[in-house]
Amino acid sequence: MTLYRLEPRPGEVIDRSSEITFTWNGRIYSGYKGDTIASALAVNGVRLLSRSFKYHRPRGMLTATYHDPNAMVQVGSDPNVRSAHRLVEHGMSVTSQNTWPSLDFDIKAANQVIGRFLSPGFYYKTFMSPRWMWPWYQKVLSRFAAGGKVSADHEAAVFDHRYAHPDVLVAGGGPAGMAAAIAAADAGAKVILAEEEHQLGGHLRYGDADDLSALLELRTAILTRSNIEVMTDAVVTGRFDHNWVPIVQRSMDHVEERLVHARAKTLVVAAGLLERPYVFEGNDLPGVMLSTAVRRLINLYGVKPGNRAVILTSNPEGDAAAADLERAGVEIVAVIDTRQGNTVTKAAGRKGVKQVTDSSGRTHDADLLVTAIGWTTPTSLLNMAGDRPAYDKQAARFVSTSLPDEVMAAGGMTGNGSTQELVDQGTATGTEAARRANGDPPAPVSKLKTGQQPELYRSSTHGFVDFSEDVTSRDLFLAAAEGYDSMELAKRYTTAGMGPVQGKVEAVNALAVHGEAIGASLLETATTTWRPPYAPIRLGTLAGRKHDPVRYSPMHSWHETHGARPLLAGQWVRPEHYGDPAAEVKTVRESVGIIDVSPLGKIDLRGTDVSKLLEFVYVNKWSRLDVGKVRYGIMCAEDGVIMDDGVTGRLGPDHYMMTTTSGGAGGVWNWLDDWLQTGFPEWDVKMTAVTDGYASINVAGPMSRELVDRLADIDLRPDAFGYMEVRMGTVAGVDDCFVWRIGFTGELSFEIHVPANHGLEIWEKLLAEGKDLGVGPFGIEAQRIMRLEKGHFIVGQDTDGLTQGFGVGVDWAIKMDKPDFAGKPELAFQSERGDYPRLVALQTEDPAIVPPEASQIIDGEAGIVGRITSSRMSPTLDRSICLAQVAHNLASAGQQLNIRLPNGATVPARVMEHHAHFDPEGTRLRV
Amino acid sequence: MLLIKCPHCGPRNSNEFTYNGEVIPRPGMDVDPSMWRRYLYMKTNAAGWQSERWFHVSGCRRFLLIERNQDTNEIRMIRAYGSQS
Repeated sequence: MTLYRLEPRPGEVIDRSSEITFTWNGRIYSGYKGDTIASALAVNGVRLLSRSFKYHRPRGMLTATYHDPNAMVQVGSDPNVRSAHRLVEHGMSVTSQNTWPSLDFDIKAANQVIGRFLSPGFYYKTFMSPRWMWPWYQKVLSRFAAGGKVSADHEAAVFDHRYAHPDVLVAGGGPAGMAAAIAAADAGAKVILAEEEHQLGGHLRYGDADDLSALLELRTAILTRSNIEVMTDAVVTGRFDHNWVPIVQRSMDHVEERLVHARAKTLVVAAGLLERPYVFEGNDLPGVMLSTAVRRLINLYGVKPGNRAVILTSNPEGDAAAADLERAGVEIVAVIDTRQGNTVTKAAGRKGVKQVTDSSGRTHDADLLVTAIGWTTPTSLLNMAGDRPAYDKQAARFVSTSLPDEVMAAGGMTGNGSTQELVDQGTATGTEAARRANGDPPAPVSKLKTGQQPELYRSSTHGFVDFSEDVTSRDLFLAAAEGYDSMELAKRYTTAGMGPVQGKVEAVNALAVHGEAIGASLLETATTTWRPPYAPIRLGTLAGRKHDPVRYSPMHSWHETHGARPLLAGQWVRPEHYGDPAAEVKTVRESVGIIDVSPLGKIDLRGTDVSKLLEFVYVNKWSRLDVGKVRYGIMCAEDGVIMDDGVTGRLGPDHYMMTTTSGGAGGVWNWLDDWLQTGFPEWDVKMTAVTDGYASINVAGPMSRELVDRLADIDLRPDAFGYMEVRMGTVAGVDDCFVWRIGFTGELSFEIHVPANHGLEIWEKLLAEGKDLGVGPFGIEAQRIMRLEKGHFIVGQDTDGLTQGFGVGVDWAIKMDKPDFAGKPELAFQSERGDYPRLVALQTEDPAIVPPEASQIIDGEAGIVGRITSSRMSPTLDRSICLAQVAHNLASAGQQLNIRLPNGATVPARVMEHHAHFDPEGTRLRV
Repeated sequence: MLLIKCPHCGPRNSNEFTYNGEVIPRPGMDVDPSMWRRYLYMKTNAAGWQSERWFHVSGCRRFLLIERNQDTNEIRMIRAYGSQS
């Protein structure tokens, strides 16, 4: 098919019968199903994948894994796609990012030439002054920012969440992880096995014939066990308290990505080892690759990674890479073995390796330099479990030191071993993990012995330490010379380790080089810190699907078919109005209107001690409330801040019905439960939340008595049913209703509460029976206007998180002579202090100007002295009306104030004598 | 996400609960402002074991008394208010 595709390999993961075409920077290429974007490009001889972050240097594949720092590309409108991991798809449009005008010819590569100016702290040092130039600097610099492009019309994808409760969760599907899963399953555990790559097997996948047959055996064993759930292309991104383990599952059929929230009884971490790059001059040139990268390319994808190779090896894996390359027909120009005291000092070339210099000064012409100089232990999940890994000099890598019982490490993370040794250690770990999940006392599991690995970090020359952030070993030396003698500081100064790869490739090299620069071996004293997430999580994955339930009243269907404009109030969908709120106000003020107030919080309270509870949670008095009476009450929290208000009626000697604001219903219910359970458990109070049990309709207006009388089997005459009274009875043939006479709108009104399933029926009957009276529905906007005309405040609208009881002008209701109630001491301090803001009614001089809510009230010298909390045009008074919070010294009636409008204009206004703009005596209520 | 073993409902995720803070006894009504504000605002926030109150709002709706280590999030004791164990 192409120049670099090899003959079929026994372990390859591509399907040669299924060809895929895609574009790369507009040119059409082809690969096979199973190819990653990067392997499909490599097959076509494309080595240059990206330009580096700062210097725009040419970059090619380094690790050939998800964590390859050089392989980020744009796929369609998806930026920052990991091309050495993402499988290529038919018709995919892939482009390089961070290049201009093109990948091959990048103008910003001039940064290389002026690279000495881009040393650590360059931005801090250069763009410090003059300060007024910063906006301009910022504009220019933002054009140099790395990364892909986010499209504004990117199509929203669907993401999902799932909750899982495995006994044993194994992170990592290499030989040890697979063996651990099998052993745990055989011990009866429910197991999840999560593997970051596309197939189980880890390094066995690109190993020799023995490795492949061991892999086949393990895979078969897993397939035959129904209690193992395998997730591939699924990365465990963290470990949180009580073994709460998120897994990001990619390559799902039905969703873009899925976040699995797993609560694992035991977590087995078998993350294997990451190969570490070597620091030397030219180590970032395309064609310089890790030994595991070339083995992946050859054995998984059938890609010939180059024509003439130099191999730098220090371990058996490097030797195996040399053998693989030879079998793949790559000419081996030189094998430089560090175990014989040789190393590489330089790779040279323009857009790729052309020549390699070794430590004896010899040069070799080659287009591929393969390095195998050691490993990094990805202890990420172990760190998050509290481990502080320590450096093992013999193995030249960090190893785990201490773990909680519910987290175990397995396989290569614990040491080195043959395939059989890895499997045996994994098996022992898996068996023990299942025992621990079962609650058995923990027993130790022996670790593998760490093998010999020469310590190799930097050659005699300087090269790149952090490929994603373009930080060189020279930069780290310079930072040390400038006084950054702590790794934590040097890291932040140079940004080494702060790029998208997050330390997996560069952290240990940075630590070693920084130690070298300050003349101390940091490796032996420091530890590596890995924070969640181990791999990036898309914001969509975190968000998942939108699950925002809403609540409907029993009359919702009627509102929908009668032109109600829906308004989301808390969770409730309520009618804001039915077309014309001012007309609705007129209907109520002149004849009669009905409003659906079903969302009102309703709490049924029974028992001999209910009045004690009311006395405690409300600021006013409740002990002498007779049966058949209702009372308005205000609740304050212990800090004296108003938390809710509402009316409560006494339905029987030991039976009360409390109402709360719609938004406060849940909070009040919890608040009462708190006091009843933790404060006064001896009280006889039974509480039931019955908000949804009743449909509630407020019938308001001068004709309301006549309308309700046509339906209710209750004596409504004024002397039989007075203001602030409650009656139980039958309404339109429906039993178990209660009706109370209250007046939020300022009109004569009866609030009817009926069993919810009769709500719609009674709503419709009220409208039908009242036709001749001119009845009409009204929405919450009309109700808000009318309550503002009456000066009734709304908790949370006219009060805020600092408004204490005395701040709303209802001092008469706060009974400081009660021995105890919630918030009493703080209210006493407030009253003594006296300097709190007051809620007042305001009218603007110009009746046509309605200052928007939250407009500031200004007083020349003092500045802001208050704000408008509610404002409307009153259809009844035909002028603008407001409630406002103002400073205490400006709150007396007749005070002139200035309101600053959002457009900067100032309008004069006057403090009114009463909160009520309309009918302050309340004569309309008491008819 | 902590795992809280509710005595009524069994082990549940902490997002079923509300955290009502460390247990501080409520002073009498006749205290001076500083004492009352200590009760309201001055939490000990110990680096170690703490007695605290949780509310299983999306479960049995019982208030629980919990001893939790704020360093490690280990939970060593849970009991419902009004019960002895």
